[in-house]
Parts: sequence; structure tokens; C-alpha cells
Amino acid sequence: MTSPVRIAQLSCGPEYSGIQHEIDTAAREVGGEIFYPDVALKDIRRDFDAFGLDVKSPDLKLTIARAMALVEGRVEADAVFIATCFRCAEAAIVRNELRRYINEHSKLPVVSYSFTERTTSGTLLTRMEALTTIARRRALLARETQQGITMGVDSGSATTKAVVMKDNRIIGKGWQPTTEVLKSAQEVIAHALLEAGITRDEVQAVGTTGYGRFLVGKEIRADLIQEELTVNSKGAVYLANRQHGPATVIDIGGMDNKAITVMDGIPGVFTMGGICAGASGRFLEMTAKRLGVDITELGPLSMKGFGGRVPMNSYCIVFGTQSLVNALAAGSSREDVAAAACHSVAEQVFEQQLQEVDIKEPVIMVGGTSLIEGLVFAMGELLQTKIIVPPYSQYIGAVGSALLVSGFIKDD
Amino acid sequence: MAKVFIYPATSLILSDMVARFGHTPLSSATAIRERIQTAGLESPPLQITPEEPKKGLRWAAVEVPSGVRGRMSLYGPMIGDCEAAIIINDADLAFGCMGCARTNELVKFLIHQKEIPKLELNYPKNEEEGVRFVAAIKRFLTELGGTR
Repeated sequence: MTSPVRIAQLSCGPEYSGIQHEIDTAAREVGGEIFYPDVALKDIRRDFDAFGLDVKSPDLKLTIARAMALVEGRVEADAVFIATCFRCAEAAIVRNELRRYINEHSKLPVVSYSFTERTTSGTLLTRMEALTTIARRRALLARETQQGITMGVDSGSATTKAVVMKDNRIIGKGWQPTTEVLKSAQEVIAHALLEAGITRDEVQAVGTTGYGRFLVGKEIRADLIQEELTVNSKGAVYLANRQHGPATVIDIGGMDNKAITVMDGIPGVFTMGGICAGASGRFLEMTAKRLGVDITELGPLSMKGFGGRVPMNSYCIVFGTQSLVNALAAGSSREDVAAAACHSVAEQVFEQQLQEVDIKEPVIMVGGTSLIEGLVFAMGELLQTKIIVPPYSQYIGAVGSALLVSGFIKDD
Repeated sequence: MAKVFIYPATSLILSDMVARFGHTPLSSATAIRERIQTAGLESPPLQITPEEPKKGLRWAAVEVPSGVRGRMSLYGPMIGDCEAAIIINDADLAFGCMGCARTNELVKFLIHQKEIPKLELNYPKNEEEGVRFVAAIKRFLTELGGTR
């Protein structure tokens, strides 16, 4: 039996918010084990002074001492989970500084999270799974080329994608909106195989990722079922040809967003989520519908407009929709409104999520929304950098999965 | 005999002193003991469930972090019940430590609002201050009607 991945918890408040049980459950479900790094009273005093962040809350002082014990190797761990109360400014500062400190001074994968009493184990599951994947499958994540014939299936919240790869090349692909999870998967697989001109029996290994990964993976007897944080980041650096050195991967999805810093293809710090659909691809879909264009036309339309002319704040999708309707009613052009919507989504992701990771260039945008030029342009403006959108960026999860699963091909 | 709220509420030394004078200490241990001895709850380690932060809305609004509200669901009722209070400021971590500074500010504020006998002291920094510190607590507890 494999020993559990030891995840060190650095936190303030989950026991008093009634969600410690949820954290423990999420970790256990993916083969992890949560523990508090042991530190002595004298360590707390010394380490808190040495770290130099003069916080007032004793639990945060303890958290700082625990982080230092991990970095200095006085306590061993495989991964780190940093969690503090949502809306606590003092804890947010500590959370960010500790995440940065651990990332800079150790190789431990870190995920940080701000919780409320409504946080459930389901919300935390993908994050915990990514932590255990990085700890357990470091060798697999280091894979740089695809071999043999493999297939990757990405069962996402909005769309399902499949890719067939042969000898490091994409030879077949399929894409469609997700309706019935299994049916959508079967259809994109059939399309990808047809385009590749091969049969299912010729595929040597199959991988799945995305929200429906477990269901689809079980149905098609996948060799690798892996969460989308590690798979997408691997797919991104592979397709962007940035497998060595640092990179930041941004994936604005249909339901949530991911921001991942990567070093040599292996995720270091990542964040996932978003406060409202107003900061996701869903708001852009809605904008396209309201403007009477297909989502594929929203990008070119937005590039003809100037977002600064239309005030828009999609912190909440309802407020964003109000801004959109008001702007159109006041006579704003469709181009300007499209550009404002792209800017607003980029701004929400920038404010809510990119502050949780340290942006390292190059910045790679992936997922279906990376095909909306106005969104990529707006993100580039906010980050003051040129964003890379690799080829096949909408298939990133499927490609990452096909690449990684080639490590599972059995020798005849 | 009086119900005496102690701050820091986790101080075993303070809790013991209050009990030695025949009073009832209101402390973290009291509130946590009630929870962990309640059969049927499964929310380790403190048996605080997501319902507690909601109960904490009585003392702090919804925009206040859940950790503060969860803690207030423990301390709030005790502050409501207490007939006297002892507050030790800037206590050493070993003397007693309450994890969240924002909760601590609110707890002290609520105690200050109550018209009850209170003793507020700074934590002693040397032996001489330590002697005066213990004497002051002893005097306060005796004047509350306590007997050793």
C-alpha cells in the first residue's frame, strides 16, 4: 500500500469555521494526509522575529514558525496547504508572503486558499489532488515528449475535448459543448479517431482530465485520470515550447479559472476558483449572446472597440450584465461593449487570482477563452507583457493528458 | 460566588486561580469541553460545525471572517453570562494565547461595555511585577466574595 502524501497545513481559523473536517476529507480522498508541523514555543518566538512580519494574531505567528520549520527541513512534508479566513486582511498578507517564501526557498508544491464556513471538501478536492499529483508523479510530470499512439480526453464544465497524438504530433481532435458527460466524451473521441484515421484498438494508452475525468475515465478504462491543474500546465508549456525554466499559465475556464506558476514543467504555486461567473468565460458567452454574435466573433469584434469608453464591472455577473445593458441602452457601440467585457473579465482574474501567484514570464494563456483576442489583449495590457497563446490552446487539457499518458504505454 | 470571564480565555493558570477562590472560571476549556463531550457530533478537532460561525452573527456581521464569528460563538455567550472579568494584556504565549487578534479586540471591547467588576492588568515582565500581579488578582477575587 502506498503511504499517504504528507500535506502540511499552515492555517488560521479553519477549526473555528467548522471546516477542518472538510479539509481532512478532501486530502484523504486523494491519498493525502493533513498534518500540523510541530514547533516548540521557543521556535515560535525566534522564527516570528526572524521572519520580520509583525502580525498580531498568535495563530498567524504560529503559522509563520511552521512555515520556517518546513523550509529549513526541521519538519518533513511533501506539500503545503495554506488556508486562512476569507476577508481577513492580516491573514491575507501572511498567506501571500508565506506562499512566496516557501516557493522561493523550497521545492514544496503550495496551494493557498481563503475559506468561509461554506467551504466543502468538494471545493478543495481538485486542489488537494494537484498537490498529491505533484508530490507523487514528479517523474511523470517531467515527461517532455509524447511517444507511441495515445489519446487525451478533457471533460470540462463547458466543453469536452479529445486529442489523438502519435510520435509527438497531434493527428486527430474532437470538440463539442458538454451536455451529457459520457455521450459528449464518446462523440469527441469518435471524431478524433476518425480525423486521425485509426481505430480505438490502435491507441496504446488513454488519459482523462477535467470535471468529468472520473466518470469518463472509468467508462473508457483510462490508464491515467488526473486533475486539470497539473495536466493543463503541462500541456501549456509543451505546446508553447517552454518546457524549461519558469512560466505562468492562465486558464480562464467556463466555470472557474486557474493560474499556475510552473518551473521546468512542474507546477509550483497555483490557485483555482473565482468569486463569480462574472470573472469567467461564462460572462463572455453571455455578452456574445446579448450582442447577437457567435462567441468566435466576440474576439475580432472587441479588437475593433475601445473598452475604456464603457464602464463595466463584472465582479458579479449580475452587475456586469447591468453595465452591459445600460451601455447598449445609452448608445455605446457593440465593439466598445465587447472590448469592455473582455477587459472586465481580465481585470477580475487579475485582481482576484493573479495576486495569489507570482507572475513569471512567459505568460501562457490556454483554454477556449484564449481564442478571444480581446481577452488576451486585455490581460497583456494588465500584466504589461506579451501573452503567448500556443497552437491548439483550446485542447490544452486533452494534449497534456495524451502527453503524460504516453508514460503508461506498456512495452510489448 | 461569581462567574468570572478570563482573558486570555485559554489561560489555565488564570482559570485555576479563579477556581481556587471558589468562583467559576469562564474560559475556552469550558466551552470546548461542552462540545467535545457532546455525543454524535463529528467535526474534529473542536467539534465546531459550520453552524457556529452563523451563530456568531449575533456578535459580528457577515462580512467579518468566519474564524472570528466561530470564535465569538464560543466566547459571546460566556461574556453574556459573566459577573466579573479579569483581563491580562500582552500576555506571554505560554500564559495563554487566543489565536485571532480581531476576535481578541472584540472580546475585550464587549467586556469593557459590561458594567461588572473588572480587573485589567499588564502581564508582568520581572519577578517584582509578578508578585504585584498575583497579589492584585488575589485581592480582586477576594473582594468578589471568594474564599481560598
